[in-house]
Amino acid sequence: MGVTRGWRSALAGTLAASLALAAIVAALGPALTVIPIEILRLVVGSLLLVFGLQWLRKAILRASGWRAVRNEDSVYERETAAGRAAKSEERAGLDWYGFTVSFKGVLLEGLEVAFIVLTFGSTQGSIPLAIAGAVAAVVLVVIAGFVVHGPLSRVPENTLAFVVGVLLTTFGTFWGAEGAGVDWPGGDAALPVVLAFVLVMSLTYVGALRRRRLVTA
Amino acid sequence: MKRFLRFWWDFIVGDDWRVAVGIALALGLTAIVATTAAPAWLVLPLGVAAVLWLSLARAAG
Repeated sequence: MGVTRGWRSALAGTLAASLALAAIVAALGPALTVIPIEILRLVVGSLLLVFGLQWLRKAILRASGWRAVRNEDSVYERETAAGRAAKSEERAGLDWYGFTVSFKGVLLEGLEVAFIVLTFGSTQGSIPLAIAGAVAAVVLVVIAGFVVHGPLSRVPENTLAFVVGVLLTTFGTFWGAEGAGVDWPGGDAALPVVLAFVLVMSLTYVGALRRRRLVTA
Repeated sequence: MKRFLRFWWDFIVGDDWRVAVGIALALGLTAIVATTAAPAWLVLPLGVAAVLWLSLARAAG
């Protein structure tokens, strides 16, 4: 939006969304800590599981060739053209299109991140630690962006989606089962075993779907 | 409002609603088995594997 519609409206939208996001997190964070841990683990685990399986499903379909891998360059070109073609309407001294698209994008994407950080933090009993991890990730990404200077299309997006899907599915399975009354053999030590299971299962599915694609091609 | 609800639907349910339903059933079955002497910890991982494969096979069908 900054490039196509002007930085003033885009930054105003980003700032407004960041404030809205901070208000939502400030309201939801303390509320989560008063919910009984078993109920929290069931709700958080099932949401993470369903959410993680969406990521994993798409990543497996892309890795096996059943779904097109996203081309970030063409997506950028398409979105840039759409941004330039949109009608100009001024409200409160701002380009309203640039402001609302920036606001919506930052708020919705930020909600996903806030959901993951809050649920991980509350389930493990340390929201500040989870926030510190999220901030460290942001700093690392910014540093990597400055150091690498390469186009975003060089980042193997589907590999990242695959890893995120595996991790979310693993934590979702672990906490969801605990919330449903399961005592894992070995307690928290079962988590790496669940991770290995999800990883092997996912790679097996990629292989099976690749073979199926070769047979049908 | 419609867009907001659409966002939450995409966020939670995504491309295949059967995955969400399958996981809900697997969690319910886990809760039932957890009240017995059977190893309930096996139910959800196997349920996840089955639900994911059925969804993938449907998409690749």
